[in-house]
Amino acid sequence: MISNTLLQNAPRAAEAYRFAVASPAVVQDLSRRGFLKLAGGAAGLVLAFQFTGRSAKAAGLLAPLESTAGSGGGAFAPNAFLRIAPDGIVTIVVNHSEMGQGIVTALPMLVAEELDADWSKVRTEFAPVDAAYNHAMFGIQMTGGSTSTWTEYERLRMSGATARAMLVEAAAQEWGVPVSECHTEPGVVVHTSGKRLDYGALAERAAKLTPPQKVALKDPKTFRLLGKPTPRLDSRAKVTGTAEFGLDVRRPGALVAVVARAPVFSGKLVSYDAEIAKRIPHVKAVVAVPSGVAIVATDYWTAKQGRDAILPSSKWDAPPEALIDTDEQAKKFAELSRGSGAVAKQEGDAEAALKTAMTVIEADYALPYLAHAPMEPLNATVEWTDAGVEVWTGTQFQTMDRMNVASVFGLKPELVKIHTTFLGGGFGRRATPPSDWIVEAAHVVKSARAAGVNAPIKTVWSREDDLAGGYYRPMFHHRVRGGLDAQGKVVAWHQVIVGQSFLVGTPFEKAMVKNGVDETSVEGASDSPYRVPARRVELISPKLPVTTLWWRSVGHTHTALAVECFIDELAAAAKRDPLELRRELLPPESRERRVLEAAIERSGYGKRELPSGHKHGIAVHQSFGSYVAQVAEVSIEAGRVRVHHITAAVDCGTVVNPLTVEAQIQGGIVYALSALMYGEITMKEGRVQQTNFHQYPVLRIYETPVVDVHVIASGDKMGGIGEVAVPPTFAAVLNGVYQLTGNRIRTLPLSRSGLA
Amino acid sequence: MSPLALRRFWRNPRGIAAAVLFGAAAAVTGIGYAVEIKSVPAASAPRPIQADTARSLAAFAKVASVLRNPRCINCHTATDFPRQGNDGHPHIMNVRRGDDNHGSVGMRCSTCHQDFNQANGVPGAPKWSVAPLTMRWEGLNDHDLAEALKDPARNGHRSLEEMAEHMAHDELVGWGWHPGGTRDAIPVSRDEFVRAVHEWIDTGAASPPAR
Amino acid sequence: MTSLHINGQDHTVDISPDTPLLWALRDHLGLTGTKFGCGMALCGACTVHIDGEAVRSCSIPISVLGGKKITTIEGLAELAKRDLHPVQQAWIEKDVVQCGYCHSGQIMSAAALLAKIPKPTDDDIDRAMAGNICRCGTYERIRAAVTRAAELTAQA
Repeated sequence: MISNTLLQNAPRAAEAYRFAVASPAVVQDLSRRGFLKLAGGAAGLVLAFQFTGRSAKAAGLLAPLESTAGSGGGAFAPNAFLRIAPDGIVTIVVNHSEMGQGIVTALPMLVAEELDADWSKVRTEFAPVDAAYNHAMFGIQMTGGSTSTWTEYERLRMSGATARAMLVEAAAQEWGVPVSECHTEPGVVVHTSGKRLDYGALAERAAKLTPPQKVALKDPKTFRLLGKPTPRLDSRAKVTGTAEFGLDVRRPGALVAVVARAPVFSGKLVSYDAEIAKRIPHVKAVVAVPSGVAIVATDYWTAKQGRDAILPSSKWDAPPEALIDTDEQAKKFAELSRGSGAVAKQEGDAEAALKTAMTVIEADYALPYLAHAPMEPLNATVEWTDAGVEVWTGTQFQTMDRMNVASVFGLKPELVKIHTTFLGGGFGRRATPPSDWIVEAAHVVKSARAAGVNAPIKTVWSREDDLAGGYYRPMFHHRVRGGLDAQGKVVAWHQVIVGQSFLVGTPFEKAMVKNGVDETSVEGASDSPYRVPARRVELISPKLPVTTLWWRSVGHTHTALAVECFIDELAAAAKRDPLELRRELLPPESRERRVLEAAIERSGYGKRELPSGHKHGIAVHQSFGSYVAQVAEVSIEAGRVRVHHITAAVDCGTVVNPLTVEAQIQGGIVYALSALMYGEITMKEGRVQQTNFHQYPVLRIYETPVVDVHVIASGDKMGGIGEVAVPPTFAAVLNGVYQLTGNRIRTLPLSRSGLA
Repeated sequence: MSPLALRRFWRNPRGIAAAVLFGAAAAVTGIGYAVEIKSVPAASAPRPIQADTARSLAAFAKVASVLRNPRCINCHTATDFPRQGNDGHPHIMNVRRGDDNHGSVGMRCSTCHQDFNQANGVPGAPKWSVAPLTMRWEGLNDHDLAEALKDPARNGHRSLEEMAEHMAHDELVGWGWHPGGTRDAIPVSRDEFVRAVHEWIDTGAASPPAR
Repeated sequence: MTSLHINGQDHTVDISPDTPLLWALRDHLGLTGTKFGCGMALCGACTVHIDGEAVRSCSIPISVLGGKKITTIEGLAELAKRDLHPVQQAWIEKDVVQCGYCHSGQIMSAAALLAKIPKPTDDDIDRAMAGNICRCGTYERIRAAVTRAAELTAQA
């Protein structure tokens, strides 16, 4: 049944949608500054909220969607995020993509807490694309920036609280008693007399009520779920092989396509011999698409045979600037770093301070392109019928994907449905402004129909396609100079950062590139908490044909390394302990200081005797509103760096699920170690040299350190968790390697120096 | 082994029998590596030995160049793991020889390698495994390598003739000339290699001097 | 036509005999629990059991599988005559999965290990699981879960 509230609120929901999609204010919302401001929500109080209706944030609370409202009779669907069936099953609609970060558990916890749901009766489904499900901050439907939990922290609790209020009201009506005499226990409304009605039994009556304009949220002291270790809701599906990833989608009559793409970035297909592939049995079509030529067959293996057969005779054209040699490019970046760029941060006169400093040191940090390499290769299934287009894929960027697919077919976005599946890893790769792999899959379907093949088609990338496919973490070069006075105090800091911007030329440019500075290139350096009287941070963003993108922790992947290694270098130059120097430069009440002290304490840094040949390295960094300090215990075994143990202290403000926080810290560290030890995408004559995991190795179980996670329940402003462990790992390990060897490793990965 | 001792070994069925016995025991316990002793070589007619040290050493040099080719020596290691690539790096993924030279429990050679090269580049051949440590060649100088080839305890319990046969016809050995994928094949042809093996044996199976 | 014995049932597929088992399972038999990650036996996501041993299904053609017993993640619990195999149970208890994509393969590798070594050491685990990549970095919990699965098996 569709509740009355849908009809009543439909015009308001539509208005919110127009606001969210059409207004330039949406793009404003994308700015990091806006995001930090919003983080100021006062957690820890019982709050009342007024529903205003004129914001993307409120959108999902106004009405359920037709597509998600109760399918059977008697269901209660007070808003877009939940419905309760007569059997008491609570279905929570998850508007963020599950790529491992545990959001399909965390967000339902928010709803269920305030709903006072029986957790064993909670089920989930992924949201369709609708303004109701827009990111509460960014104004488009997406997952990224380690923002899902904290930006939904109010809205989803309100969603649950609203429903609970209506269920209580329904029970009070049923019993003919005042609402004030009723309270809830998980899944049940209870009257002071002891009468009980479970939520399922109240669903039909509650559905007839008008949602309240004001709801009270629980006192956190009474939380049953939030802050408690809560096992994931998707475990069973994932351990039995039944969880559906994009690659598992099987539409009736569907075909599979594999695309032969240009061997260099910005290369264009000139000619190919379709007949070579067509001769292979079960190849159905060979069609040109903007990115190359697609071989469409009954299954992946056949399509890939076709692709491998057609490639050798295919001819491609590429401009000379596409014939990149990454070793040469790294040299060029180093040269560029001697010049000056757009100013990202200016405090005092760094140049003058360097001139008068007693000691000046400088260091160059050279970091390579990195592929995300999620375990599930990219894929999208596209079905084009008279009714419109449907897409099944694991994506982080639904609103952009819908618009981009709609434009391929010349359709209104409303006629494109995106079905979000589980994502076999994301790390940023499944959020591209042009929706690269989905748009390509759409072109495959369009071209195939033109060639007489009218079927749903799943376009699948091989691992080789993935590694050569671009959208890398950009190559970066940092040149840092620092000055010390006679007392060993840091008096000057000058940092020039060289690396491509991936926001220039996208819809995000206007909001996130200011005065020539792409915030995502300098974050973590321009906002360093270290109190240095004169600081200048500059950015040079060369334009190159290699496509680049955010990669788990974005700019912090390289800025944290440069800043935290250079602090260590300054300490060594001043003959001071790296911990003492950090203590001096960090404000005493800062959250950085708090996590640093916690990690030091927990690890026994400087106090505990380590096994012979082992040393500690330290680093601390804030990203995405959370603070992480790490103490890494490292040694060198058979010439290779071995990381034995990492103590990580994290302050992310409010913790929703401690099990997830621990998992994300451990996983983030492994992700960073993979890049630190082995990660690099290199090119010769424009061709990517890495083809598969033997040439792009990632950490395996026997190389994985024990990670001790210490969560500080600060109750401070809430931050993210999915990315925040990555940044400090690089420097913690490198600083430990320096303690061991006296050598500063400034070029990654360690395998380049024979150390991995 | 001196040429004299070699000649004695060559002609002495008792020595052969001992080697066969040893090999059979190894097969029973499951540690045999390519131990296939089909017949006692007494059945084969003795060949004339024309000791010619210079020729023998020259032939051995060619034999050794093949044995030290990465396609061969990567699995005749002195370590508890196989090696890979022309640089002989340790096999990725912590691959170990295990108790039976066919890998660890859960990570057998056959977990990834089949009896033939795969289209995706994963190499394979029958009996794909690491040579037992007794048959390690890694790190041996020329003298020790030649001695190892002649010593039944270190050559898989083969007579020299059986070893020549193994070099000529074993499928796993033959993989070195058809390694598949992007791997470099052994540059000396198998025929030429087998001729060199016979030449070395027939001219006295001389060992280069120990240093 | 190639016959395959999978999870206790006989199937026939009419596809090229050089097709890797992985694609016969996924694209022709609808057994999508076995995952594609690299296609070169480098990541372990496609691990199945063939006559009880862990094998990367991306690197074995169906032509050599006649008469062999193939077990996939879909059949693991059933063959153990349980709702969940002890390894799956342990994975849930230890809250191991993140994105979950690699875990069919991880679980098949762990089950193959425990079938031969009921009480594995840390070294046994590090060796048996070394061929399985997890990009989310769940290795620490995998170690804990394999140990837990050994306990569960011993209790059963």
